[in-house]
Amino acid sequence: MATMLEEPEVRAAGLVPDPMLPTPYLIQRAKQETDDTFTLELLPEDSSRAFSFAPGQFNMLYVFGVGEVPISISSDPDDVPLLKHTTRVVGTVTKTMRQLKRGEAMGIRGPFGTHWPVEEGVGRDVVIVAGGIGLAPLRPALYRLIREREKYRKIVLLYGTRSPEDMLYRQELEQWRGKFDLEIQVTVDRAASSWRGNVGVVTSMIPRAPFDPSNTLALVCGPEVMMRFTVMELLRRGVAAEHTYLSAERNMKCGIGWCGHCQLGPTFVCKDGPVFALHRIAAILGKSEI
Amino acid sequence: MIHTLEPILKEHPFFQGMEERHIQLIAGCSMNVRFEPGHLIFHEGDAADHFYLIREGLVSVQFVIPHRGLTTVLTVGNGEVLGWSWLFPPYRWHFDARAQQPTHALAFDGKCLRGKCEEDHDLGYDIYKRFMQVVTERLEATRLQLLDMYGNHA
Repeated sequence: MATMLEEPEVRAAGLVPDPMLPTPYLIQRAKQETDDTFTLELLPEDSSRAFSFAPGQFNMLYVFGVGEVPISISSDPDDVPLLKHTTRVVGTVTKTMRQLKRGEAMGIRGPFGTHWPVEEGVGRDVVIVAGGIGLAPLRPALYRLIREREKYRKIVLLYGTRSPEDMLYRQELEQWRGKFDLEIQVTVDRAASSWRGNVGVVTSMIPRAPFDPSNTLALVCGPEVMMRFTVMELLRRGVAAEHTYLSAERNMKCGIGWCGHCQLGPTFVCKDGPVFALHRIAAILGKSEI
Repeated sequence: MIHTLEPILKEHPFFQGMEERHIQLIAGCSMNVRFEPGHLIFHEGDAADHFYLIREGLVSVQFVIPHRGLTTVLTVGNGEVLGWSWLFPPYRWHFDARAQQPTHALAFDGKCLRGKCEEDHDLGYDIYKRFMQVVTERLEATRLQLLDMYGNHA
């Protein structure tokens, strides 16, 4: 089961990390991914304040004078101190964030929350089902799986997105597909006839995807409705609920379970999540009141 | 020596678990086909005389939208079924289907199979159950597509 990391592993000695105190980071690169998503690459202004993270965790990103938003980390957990955050433009903070340029500073608090239990996949097939921008929090898990490729059996990524133009990390996906030891299937909800790939919802790929359901770790991230239907298909295929994990999203504010903004039933997403074992949130998935 | 398609039918996920006698009945209505990329398998409005089980390859189900051109609404790949209009009047295709990749499939003569289903209602019930499962899955998938769940709704 996913666990809260006790303590960031590479905080500089002598520093007592205050989870409410942002660390200044400088933008190294800002990259437009799709029409409404972009990735910021960041390094700490003071390298002694770098921290490690586990795949699936998130940071609070603070645009000075504007506000703070929770964004999953989408970079390689074995390539710290570099941080990458892929974000969709949805409100004032992210709109301003998109205007930031190389060399400008922002504040970062984190890392927060539980992580993808990649280690649970050792000796198993690992199937990753991502929808839309849900690929971003899963990318660190993919980096880790690829780095330790020999420990796992099949690694399958099923990625669904709205259209070919909305696909994240296209170059990287093509590169990974070319490695021949990863099964990568992409599908889009709609496409012009020039698109040569799959069209259809991501859940429709699950019945015939090449993995052994009796020995599979499943990691799922995307819009909640997509995750609900994905889980149904995974269970129907025979994947065990106890080896199925989802990443939830709520309005995280403090990041440490104090403020209660991100309450999801009896849990706080910032502290007990965002990565949950299916059995912990299965009963509240799809309840409109929650 | 004549090779029948029965072993191939039995292996295809769509006919998994079907009774031997039913497999024998439908084998007589089937044939192996191969489509090159770009081949138009059927066209909207034409008579729906066949359906296909894809063995290997990819087929796009498409639709012409004025001012937007040809739009792909679904792709059908390995182990999947292409076409159910042969089952329901007026037996006309509602979409175009075009091979995206070199595609091997089993083609079934719809009239032949409808006749056999009329003669043997057990077979008919089995076939309709299997197709209803496909129709249900496609309806569910279409609803999810309509939700535009990856859209920016904030």
